[in-house]
Amino acid sequence: MRAIGLILAGGNNHRMKELSIKRAIAAMPVAGSYRGIDFSLSNMSNSHVQKVAVLTQYNSRSLNEHLSSSKWWDFGRKQGGLYIFTPMVTADNNFWYRGTADCIYQNLDWLKQSHEPYVVIASGDGVYKMDYNKVLEYHIEKKADITVVCKDMPEGTDMSRFGAVKDDGDGRLIDMEEKPMTTDAHLVSCGIYIIRRRQLIELIEKCAQEDRYDFVRDILIRYKNVKKIYVYRMDSYWNSISSVESYYETNMDFLKPEVRRHFLQEYPDIYSKVQDLPPAKYNAGSNVKNSLVASGCIINGTVQNSVLFKKVFVGNNCVIKNSIILNDVYLGDNTYIENCIVESRDTIRANSRYVGENGVKVVIEKNERYVI
Amino acid sequence: MKMFTIYKRYDIICKLKHENVAARGDSVIKKEMIAMLLAGGQGSRLGVLTAKVAKPAVAFGGKYRIIDFPLSNCINSGIDTVGVLTQYQPLRLNTHIGIGMPWDLDRNNGGVTVLSPYEKSAGSDWYSGTANAIYQNIDYIDTYNPDYVLILSGDHIYKMDYEVMLDYHKENHAAVTIACMPVPWEEASRFGVVITDEQGQISEFEEKPANPRSNLASMGIYIFTWKLLREALIRMKDVPHCDFGKHILPECLGNGERLFAYEYNGYWKDVGTLGSYWEANMELIDIIPEFNLYEEFWKIYTKSDAVPPLYVSEEGFIERSIVCGNSAIEGTVINSVIGAGVTVGKDAVVRDSIIMKNTVIGAGCKVDRAIIAEEVRIGENCVLGVGESIPNKVNPKVYSFGLVTIGENTVIPSGVQIGLNTAVSGRTEKDDYPGGVLASGETLIKAGDR
Repeated sequence: MRAIGLILAGGNNHRMKELSIKRAIAAMPVAGSYRGIDFSLSNMSNSHVQKVAVLTQYNSRSLNEHLSSSKWWDFGRKQGGLYIFTPMVTADNNFWYRGTADCIYQNLDWLKQSHEPYVVIASGDGVYKMDYNKVLEYHIEKKADITVVCKDMPEGTDMSRFGAVKDDGDGRLIDMEEKPMTTDAHLVSCGIYIIRRRQLIELIEKCAQEDRYDFVRDILIRYKNVKKIYVYRMDSYWNSISSVESYYETNMDFLKPEVRRHFLQEYPDIYSKVQDLPPAKYNAGSNVKNSLVASGCIINGTVQNSVLFKKVFVGNNCVIKNSIILNDVYLGDNTYIENCIVESRDTIRANSRYVGENGVKVVIEKNERYVI
Repeated sequence: MKMFTIYKRYDIICKLKHENVAARGDSVIKKEMIAMLLAGGQGSRLGVLTAKVAKPAVAFGGKYRIIDFPLSNCINSGIDTVGVLTQYQPLRLNTHIGIGMPWDLDRNNGGVTVLSPYEKSAGSDWYSGTANAIYQNIDYIDTYNPDYVLILSGDHIYKMDYEVMLDYHKENHAAVTIACMPVPWEEASRFGVVITDEQGQISEFEEKPANPRSNLASMGIYIFTWKLLREALIRMKDVPHCDFGKHILPECLGNGERLFAYEYNGYWKDVGTLGSYWEANMELIDIIPEFNLYEEFWKIYTKSDAVPPLYVSEEGFIERSIVCGNSAIEGTVINSVIGAGVTVGKDAVVRDSIIMKNTVIGAGCKVDRAIIAEEVRIGENCVLGVGESIPNKVNPKVYSFGLVTIGENTVIPSGVQIGLNTAVSGRTEKDDYPGGVLASGETLIKAGDR
């Protein structure tokens, strides 16, 4: 492909509450077997973007561990490959990444040394499947300076966690607002952009000279009348992990057959780091309904409308309803869990009861675990 | 010895010994021990399951293939150079092994190498026997200049630390060490047994003895001191169908070499027959299985077919089973082993069965005691595994055990009934089933492309 990829995965999000204490947003487990960044990274790989950089900062270790080998996404190549850029101290810079534009500026050399004419910028927290080539074709056809991938949201969506976008009917972006309190726009920016490499370098350098650090505020919104910014409408599934509620909702969406078919069955695949876990095991007394169960689980109890991540142990007579149990959780006997997200590596004592009364409850319970 | 094993259990999961890392001496690579894995056999007793694939490539325990067990044992024991000898239907095996990535055997030095029979300027030949296969690959082994060679076969299910066995081999200054395990006396006559003294030195072999004098059965795992094996192979190169058990080992014993039996007491299963294959799969389902795949220690690696989780629908019910990722269960699954990407339709009931990957079981089917291979399509409302257990008319030795065996890529039309001790393979149609029934003991194998 004639583009290189940049995945912005360094930000924290306070709406993720306790879930982001120990991991980056892009490393959030999704749909039983994946992590947030797998979607953007697999899209890059499947769109034949050969050279991809992931920019990490907040809780970067969790993400770096996940990306420790690039072979799972087919980036273990002589040409191109996967680059991971964490902030570094240099002769003329000792700041952290101060924003999305600043993190690109700090790695501008990498952009300058590349030869591909275009850059695909994506974020690490989007859950979607997309061929970036189609966006690039659109970008070229429209002779755009920047193309922003957007998604039409249904009426009544809370827009305050999105970037709201308006276009002129022909696709040209005429207005954009970051996390508006109120708006009549239904179009949401997915945080995926295509831009010519030289154009990006020029804009980012100008930004840095003026001490501006944010890609959306200081480039997209500031240049909306000067540059030709176009909107590419995406019609397939898209959601972003930007709050506990949206995280819960995204995972629960995978219980719908059309979402599962789109992501898990239709070509191309989403890749993830492969752990060699044995298949899920159902002992006597297990009763699983309308749920996703990842490998390595051992189930002895009842599970309904839930997503079980890898290596979850469900004890005897447990009841789990409408919940998300993250990796490597041990649930003691007779536990009752409803409307909860149970943090990974938790150990829940026998006879416990956790119910999310108003909305989803995040359970963090680090007890001693006595298992052979 | 025992102490050492226990220490390792807690401390080292995957190790690379210094001696085993390639060292350069005399300008050649040096490995202490390399493994040669015999994976060329057909495994004809698995019937239609091995019609298109070699036995080591047959699926096991849902996501695994039989060859994963010796390969994982190798890397877990710190052996990073493995030659896999293939001959019968190698395609599936080759694609599964690839460059050895799943087992961390993609190495700059060593790693996994698939060794198939090749043409020579004179005397080109297939591998005519187990020892002959090694003889034809002496050059490969010489590249690594090993002190010891481990001979493995690709059709057993077990976890074993070959390094402990090598320590035993070195301790005894043995020429050959044979891994053996005690079997019940009444079963000893099915195996090749060894007769040893108190130190474990072998004085005699008996191949399938009528009145066994020992219950130590050979597991088909040998460590040879390479220099000695090399000489023996060259000396016996003209023996037809040269075999380790029949020719090489008796020859070594006859020459007064030191042969030792290494006693192994863990789980080991030969999955050579449909009955033992079915049984070994079912044993994985026990609450705490004797062969436990869920331990952190001594992991079994495989090329994962599917990353996605599995889905159980509102009507689905699973009990006492193991089910792989990307499957969709809408019916009932009891006491079964289900592979990746399998669909079990609404109101279907699968019981005591093995279903391999990407198979579709139509709605309303009843499946009992069946082994169903990969990519099979079963229509709606079929009944598999009914009637009495009459011996198979064509091949009673293979299709006994009261099982239904269905080969890969088979298509079964809706509404038919299939009895026990049967085998079905190929694209079958309604007319192939007289009165919609394939009676117990019948075989229905349709030739042709898929």
